[in-house]
Amino acid sequence: MQLNFNDESFRDDYSYKNSPGAIKRFPFPFAEDHYMYSVNIEPHTKGAQGSVYEFTFDVDEHYVSECLDKIITLEQDPGRYSALPHMMDAQWDFLELAMTSMANDYPEYFTLTKNGNVWTWENRPLDIMDTFTFGDASTLPSEPFEYMGRQMQGDFVLLDQRDGTLYSDAGIVTSQADWSLAFNTGMSWQEWHGPVPKVTELGVLDRALKYLLNLQVGNPVRRLNWTMTVNPRLDTSPENYPLWAIDRNKVNNETVGELVNLRVELQSLFRLPRSNAIVFGVRCYLMSLKDITTYPRWAKRLHRVQKDLHPDLIEYKGMTSYHRYVIDWLAQFDDGEVLEYGSHPE
Amino acid sequence: MSTINVKVAAIEAVTPLIKHFTLVHEDGSELPSFSGGSHIVVTMDAEGRTYRNPYSLMGSPTDTQAYHISVRRQESSRGGSLFMHEHVHVGMRLKITHPVNLFSLSKLAHKHILIAGGIGITPFMSQIEDLKRVGADYELHYAFRAYEQAAFVNELEEMCEGHLHCYADSQGERIDLNALLSQQPLGSHVYVCGPSPMVVAVLETARNLGWPENNIHNEEFSSPPVGEPFKVQLAKSDIEIQVPAEMSMLEAIEAAGVKADSLCRGGVCGRCELTVLETDGGIEHHDHYLSDSEKVSCRSIMPCVSRTKGKRLVLDL
Ligand code: HEM
Ligand code: FES
Repeated sequence: MQLNFNDESFRDDYSYKNSPGAIKRFPFPFAEDHYMYSVNIEPHTKGAQGSVYEFTFDVDEHYVSECLDKIITLEQDPGRYSALPHMMDAQWDFLELAMTSMANDYPEYFTLTKNGNVWTWENRPLDIMDTFTFGDASTLPSEPFEYMGRQMQGDFVLLDQRDGTLYSDAGIVTSQADWSLAFNTGMSWQEWHGPVPKVTELGVLDRALKYLLNLQVGNPVRRLNWTMTVNPRLDTSPENYPLWAIDRNKVNNETVGELVNLRVELQSLFRLPRSNAIVFGVRCYLMSLKDITTYPRWAKRLHRVQKDLHPDLIEYKGMTSYHRYVIDWLAQFDDGEVLEYGSHPE
Repeated sequence: MSTINVKVAAIEAVTPLIKHFTLVHEDGSELPSFSGGSHIVVTMDAEGRTYRNPYSLMGSPTDTQAYHISVRRQESSRGGSLFMHEHVHVGMRLKITHPVNLFSLSKLAHKHILIAGGIGITPFMSQIEDLKRVGADYELHYAFRAYEQAAFVNELEEMCEGHLHCYADSQGERIDLNALLSQQPLGSHVYVCGPSPMVVAVLETARNLGWPENNIHNEEFSSPPVGEPFKVQLAKSDIEIQVPAEMSMLEAIEAAGVKADSLCRGGVCGRCELTVLETDGGIEHHDHYLSDSEKVSCRSIMPCVSRTKGKRLVLDL
C-alpha cells in the first residue's frame, strides 16, 4: 500500500482536506438514529482491509501534516507532554508496542531492527533514523514516550493502575477536545471524568472502569467518541481556547456545511506488559458536514441523531451556539427513509 | 480469550513436594514480557476433565525466552496440582493464558514489605527482580516449616542480599507481625502471599495498626475465565447447544452458527443480553451490567460471561 501524504494545515488557513478514499473510511460513529453515552467498548481486533481498524495504529493520508502540527503545538507549549517519574517502564512498553506494530503493519514506511538491546528505528515519511539502547533513555533524543508519541497521529495517555482505579500519570496531548493534560496529570478515573454529564446516573463509568481494570495484555479494546469542531483544528485545548472558540460565531446557514466538522475519536486501550500500565490512545478524525453528505445514509442519520440529542450533551460538547444551524442544514438531506442498523456509508 | 501454546522444557524437583516447571513457546518464539507478581492460568487436559489452575510467574520479567512456575503437590485435592506432578513431563504441550497481574507492586511506595509463607514465595521472586531493577527499598520475610522443605532459599539469599529474613517453624521462629508492621516508614506497602491463616493475620494486623487499605495487598488470581460444561436450549432457533468448559456461552452460540449480538464480550456493555425463558435457577451471573435485583430474578443473562450450573436453561434466541 502506498499513501500520498497530504500537505495541509490544521490552523491559520486550515487547508486540511479529505480525499474520497478518506471520506469513505471515516469512522462514522452512529449506528442508530439516537445517541446516548453507553459502555461502547469492543475488542480492538483487526478490521476490514482499508478500514481504520485494519491495523493496531491507523496511519492515513494526514500522517505527515499531523505530526508536523504536533511539533508546532509542543514547541509553543511544552506542557502538552508530561510524565511522572514512576512511568518510565510504561514509557518503554509504549515505545515497544508502537514501534513493533507500526513496523509490522506498514513495512514500506517504518523499519525496526533489533540487535539485542540495541534497536534501530527508521521512519521514512518523517525522515527519522535513530539507533538507541532499549531501556536507556539517555540514548534517545527525548524520553521514549515523547519520542514515539511525536511520530504518531493522535494523543496518548499512560495510566498507572493502583488503589483499584486508574491514574493518568503521563501524556502527550496536542489534539484534544477541550480538556487539559496539565490539569489532569495525576488525577484518577473518577476525577478526570467529573465534568461529564449524565454518566453517573447511567452507571457507564463504573462499568467501564471495572472492565478496564481487567484489561489483559494481548487483548486491546476500542471505542468511538465524538464531538464537533469549527474548522479542522486539532489543537482545541482549553489552554488555547481564545484562539479557536470564537470561530463558533462564524457559523451560519451559509457556512455551516464547510465550517463545522464532525470530530470522531477512535480511542484504543492496551495493557502494557512490563509496567502493568494502560495506554489510552485518542486518534482524531475530522470531517466537514459537507463531506459527510457524500453518503446520503450518513447525512440522514447525522440529522436524526443531532435532532434529538440531549441538551446536556449539546452543552457539554460546546455546540450550543451553532447547533441549530447544524440541524437546519442537515434537514435538507433527510427524506425520512428508514435506515437499517449500522454505521456503514452505503 | 487468547491463549499461548507452550512446551514443558524442564522439570526440577525443588523439594520433595515442590516442582519447578520451565515453559517455552511451542514454536520457539519469545513469550510476552510481564510485570512482577503476574500469574498465568494453565489449562490441563486430563482425560475427560479439564483443570485450569493459576500459577505465579517466578522468573525474571525481562526473560522472554521462558516462563517459570512452581507447583506444590496438594494431596488433599485431586485437582490440577496432582496432574502437574504426576502426568506432566518434559516435552508435553500445555495451554496458558497471557500473564495477568492482580498483585502488582505500587510504583509510589516508599518501601515494600513482602511477606511469604511456603509456596507463596513464588510471586515475590519476579517482584524482587522488578524492585532491584528500579532500586526500590524492600524487605522480604519468608516463613516455612523447615529449611529442608523450603524452596529457593539459596537463590533468594543471592538475589536479595541483606533484604531476606527467613523463619523456620521447626526452629520455633515466627514473624512478629505486630513488631514488623508497627515500625515501617509512612508510605510503606505490605504484600502477603501464603496460607490463608497467614494472609488473614497480616491483613488484620495491618488494619489494626491503621495502615491505609490501599497500602495492603494480598495475592489474587483471576477467576478461571470459564467453568464447567453445560447445555443450553435456544427456543427460536430450536436447537440445543453444548457449552464446553473452555468456551463462553456466547462463543458456543456463535460456533453453532446462531447470530447473537455482542460488543465488549466482557459483561459490561449490555449488548449481548438474552431473555431467559426457563431455568431451574442455577444461573451464575458474572457480568457488571445487570442490577442485583435483575440478577436475582433470572429473567436475563449476559452470555459473554455468564453460565449455568443448573440442569435446564432455555433462552429466547
Ligand atoms: C482510561 C482511559 C480514559 C481516559 C484517560 C479518559 C479521559 C477522558 C477525559 C479527559 C474526558 C474529558 C473530560 C472533561 O470534559 O474534562 C473524557 C470524557 C468522556 N469519557 Fe473518558 N477517558 C477514558 C476512558 C473512557 C472510557 C473507556 C469510557 C467508556 C464509556 C469513557 C467515557 C467518557 C465519556 C462518555 C466522556 C464524555 C465525552 C464527550 O461527550 O465528548 N472514557 N474522558
Ligand atoms: S457483550 Fe457486552 S455485556 Fe456481553
